[in-house]
Amino acid sequence: MAIHEKHLIRPENIKTHDNLVIDGVDVSGHWSTFIETRVVTDYNEQLQDEIAALPGGEYIHRCWQCGSCTNSCTVNAINPDFNPRYWIYLIRVGMESELLRDKEIIWQCVSCNKCTYACPRDVVPEGVMKATAHWLEMKGHTAPSNSTIFDEEFTRQVVQTGKIEDGRILMNFLKNSKQPLFQDWLIQMVKQMLWHLPIKYLMGMGLATLFQPKTKSWGKARAAIEEHIAEEKAAERAALGLDAAE
Amino acid sequence: MPDRKEKYKKVAYYHGCALEGTAQPYNTSTRAIAKKLDLELVDIKNWNCCGAMEVKNVDPEIQTYLSSRVMSLAHNNMGQDVVMAPCNGCYHNLKKAEYDISHKEKSREVVEKISAKADHPAYEAGQVETIHALDWIKYGYGEDELKAKIKGGLKGLKVANYYGCMYTRPRHIFPEKDQGGDSESTSKPHYMDDLLAIAGAENVEFPLKTACCGGAHTLSDSDTSTRLVLNILLAAEAAGAEVIATECPTCHSGLEMHQIRALKRMSAETNVKVVYFTQLLGLALGLSPRKVGIHENVSNSIPLLKEKKIA
Repeated sequence: MAIHEKHLIRPENIKTHDNLVIDGVDVSGHWSTFIETRVVTDYNEQLQDEIAALPGGEYIHRCWQCGSCTNSCTVNAINPDFNPRYWIYLIRVGMESELLRDKEIIWQCVSCNKCTYACPRDVVPEGVMKATAHWLEMKGHTAPSNSTIFDEEFTRQVVQTGKIEDGRILMNFLKNSKQPLFQDWLIQMVKQMLWHLPIKYLMGMGLATLFQPKTKSWGKARAAIEEHIAEEKAAERAALGLDAAE
Repeated sequence: MPDRKEKYKKVAYYHGCALEGTAQPYNTSTRAIAKKLDLELVDIKNWNCCGAMEVKNVDPEIQTYLSSRVMSLAHNNMGQDVVMAPCNGCYHNLKKAEYDISHKEKSREVVEKISAKADHPAYEAGQVETIHALDWIKYGYGEDELKAKIKGGLKGLKVANYYGCMYTRPRHIFPEKDQGGDSESTSKPHYMDDLLAIAGAENVEFPLKTACCGGAHTLSDSDTSTRLVLNILLAAEAAGAEVIATECPTCHSGLEMHQIRALKRMSAETNVKVVYFTQLLGLALGLSPRKVGIHENVSNSIPLLKEKKIA
């Protein structure tokens, strides 16, 4: 008998025997594939509460495992290991060690919200994915993902000036994520634009990169936003049992 | 809502960051259409970023505050009751802020707290109505009126209408959609199809209208985005489209960037062109290619549009 949903079982837990005799019966061939028995003892009973304490994770307790999220998921369609339903299950039962095996891909949620649209229980799986990715980083299980590096650079600019500027975001992101500025696709894009772009437009882009666009009298809003973010971050760290300072 | 024609005739225009940067042609063509159709766009003075797709990942309430400040400016400083945002990101965030402020105690508290500290009136739910450029043209000008105004049009141009994620999802932030009649559908949106059909385009049956281009990770997880975009480009070509019409700066620049990246990194060549729907509509209204910023796109649609005698 073939094992369906084989991708949910780790390859090392699938045992296939070329020749196998059980109780005197030769079960070689179709009947020789087994899933390794295992006993889980290291539950983290706080896991669901910790995820629920982070923005986006609030409604994880509503999940009844229908699988609509994974079924509708954009990323799952190109990588079957990306499985929101399964991760929500692991979090709810506290199987932290199992969750950690997928720690390098959870951040890849593209926030298309197809899951949120499909979910009959308003779990907001998109939010749970974000909360889980942040949890992994805050607990030190993973380094900040490229997504986090991008979000932080973007937010830093908005908080500082009220606005963003595309060119500056791109350059700072590539620098912060240690990627070369001269990407083949970027060079090709610039080439294609130079073909037919008016000089005026190019100069405008150059000026925007040099002189950052700003919202006027933004200072008070900026101070209030920074204060709020600091308070929220401290509360999140406290909820995860981490020291106040990073 | 028969009063929408009057209501949308003069709107607060929130173009946002992208339309000053990579999405200039969307701004150029939207303004050119307004002028042509005699609809008044009043710029929101001293606006700020809505938070895009990033700020919420750092702090969701700050994103709500940022979007609420824009709506507060429109209501309190300009006396406007309609904000028109052509960018799907801005449109989505303003709608989301509206929902959160009316449904979530914490969002309301944070908006009130920061607005007070920043010395401006806090936005209150219901003070403005946020609409997309599609609503603005469909109802502010009117479909019959548009039909009468089209010159030559987009005859013979095969178009795949691409709406992306943020225009329809999540459903709860768009209470006016899925209401039957001619309201917009979140599962199979049609407003862009409607307008471009009036403009003479031949809309193809495109199954990926609301698929995701991976825009949130266009730079941070480019390989995933390239694969998602390639799906969209290939599906459009398979449906017979010559052009993909867009209504979102993130989708538009994502399609342009990853079309090139798919060729460079995956040797996957696609030839379908990427054009903002406002550019197509502008051309159909008799505006020159330069007026709608066709030459500002990375995707070069000029030869195709010339061949079709549209540009």
